[in-house]
Amino acid sequence: MASMIDVRHVHKAFGGLKVIDDCSIAVEQGSITGLIGPNGAGKSTLFNIIAGALPLDSGQVLLDGEDITNRPANELFHKGLLRTFQIAHEFHQLTALENLMMVPPAQAGENLFDAWLKPGRVRAQEAEVRRKALEVIDFIGLYHVRNELAGNLSGGQKKLLELGRSMMTDARVVLLDEIAAGVNRTLLGDLVANIERLNREMGYTFLVIEHDMDMIARLCDPVIVLAQGRVMVQGSIEEIQNDPAVIEAYFGSNVA
Amino acid sequence: MNELVFFINNVIITGSVSGSIYAIGAVGVTLVFSIMRFAHFAHADMMTFGAFMVLLLTLAFPGAGGAVGLPTAVVMLPLAILLTAALAVGIDRAFYKPLRAHGVKPIVMVIASLGVTLMLQGLIRLFAGTGGQRLYIDDRKEIFRLALPFEGARAPIVVTEPQIILFILTIVCVVSLHLFLSRSRLGKAMRAMSDNPDLARASGINTNLIVAVTWMIAGGLAAIAGTLLSLDVTFKPDLSFFLLLPIFAAAIVGGVGHPYGAIAGGFVVGFAETLAVFNWGVLLRPFRDSLPEWLAQAGSLSFVGTEYKIVVPFVLLVAILVWRPTGLFKGKVIT
Repeated sequence: MASMIDVRHVHKAFGGLKVIDDCSIAVEQGSITGLIGPNGAGKSTLFNIIAGALPLDSGQVLLDGEDITNRPANELFHKGLLRTFQIAHEFHQLTALENLMMVPPAQAGENLFDAWLKPGRVRAQEAEVRRKALEVIDFIGLYHVRNELAGNLSGGQKKLLELGRSMMTDARVVLLDEIAAGVNRTLLGDLVANIERLNREMGYTFLVIEHDMDMIARLCDPVIVLAQGRVMVQGSIEEIQNDPAVIEAYFGSNVA
Repeated sequence: MNELVFFINNVIITGSVSGSIYAIGAVGVTLVFSIMRFAHFAHADMMTFGAFMVLLLTLAFPGAGGAVGLPTAVVMLPLAILLTAALAVGIDRAFYKPLRAHGVKPIVMVIASLGVTLMLQGLIRLFAGTGGQRLYIDDRKEIFRLALPFEGARAPIVVTEPQIILFILTIVCVVSLHLFLSRSRLGKAMRAMSDNPDLARASGINTNLIVAVTWMIAGGLAAIAGTLLSLDVTFKPDLSFFLLLPIFAAAIVGGVGHPYGAIAGGFVVGFAETLAVFNWGVLLRPFRDSLPEWLAQAGSLSFVGTEYKIVVPFVLLVAILVWRPTGLFKGKVIT
């Protein structure tokens, strides 16, 4: 299968600290790839580099064969690469529903002149976006708080809103940064089901950073283990769980 | 009755004039702050620049206003707005954007904007000289005297043509800014970016475009305020020194990053200034006979002398920072 995301020999240092050190990973089209590793392994940094939020020092990032190295996040968004944030981000002065309505790309009103020249089209599109946002917010179970300011939502609800955001548009790849952290168990089940459905029915490719091993085991294949800024092992969850090097990295040498 | 007219002329009208100018200026400062998170000190000089552009254009086409029955300077204003908006975007590209790309701290941006202040003032002095200049070149400032239909009202209410234009333009600016921020997609994107720039980018909002639009709006508003102030008094290259403090006071009083707060703050500062220097003794004159002697014979009953007018925004600023540090309205993001 073709690679949806191809990270080639990426380096990134903060001061003297090499966070990403000659890292190469490939995320296959249609896969739900897990990215795990101990704290400080460089998972989030790698995420930020892929998502265009951090410039890299050297190396290359490809999206479906196209070079996207150091492209700004908003451009990547329109190419179908979406991300969620580890610490949930939201427009806290807008309601939950408005937060979702901010998302859709290529809206007519986005262009400075369309809003004045084609008000009818803008209005029709706004209505369409609103309908879709209502659908999504119902789907992620936040319908009852749709008119609350997003800043007032709970941590778990904000995480759901993050996932909802990626459902508002036709994404090709979604980067999920610890989407499960702070979400309760029952909600988590819904979340996993939603991710699987988006993957199966809509063909979304996912790259998932997660500390919750149950969720990784249910969802991800393959799994990439990152340690000290480079790939340590890559394989199915069974292979990973039985790999002595991974066990050592996670639990220290005297366990197992 | 004449005392009331005196009050209207010296407080209501004068306060509205400075209030409008501070309000339009403070909105620009506050928008720039909420999008780029730094205090843009060169804002008052963008006002001077706008007025300077009007001066140049008026000198070039002195007769243009007569054809439409408006002062030439006002006819030239739209062009000056465009030029000042272009200047604002240009300054950003040349000086602030490279700094932003390096991810510098806001204080570095503030210092850079002080540099831009000095540069702009130098440039304007170079071309316009250091003295004051009138923006009315080929035309005359119309002064309207409205007599009150009351018995014994001998003094008329005096309002000048540029003041009326200022009031109208202030209302137009405020209403269109409100519609822009609350209705248009771009305005909403601007609010989103002021709320959370990372998320805005991750939601596909082109933040570079938003920054450029913010500068255009700030520059355009600065040109309007600068020109109308120069029309009301005279054009001076160091106009900005008298504007900078009240404008920042207005932005902070209203709550930084809060456009409606900035408008309110502008009027609060404007009226505070005029009320502080107003001679309250005038209003007491009709009751002279029934007042205690010491009060009746006091010559001037203003809070501070006119020469200390510039201190008033300072006092207001300190008071607000002590009692309500976030401003009258809660600031930081565009809501």
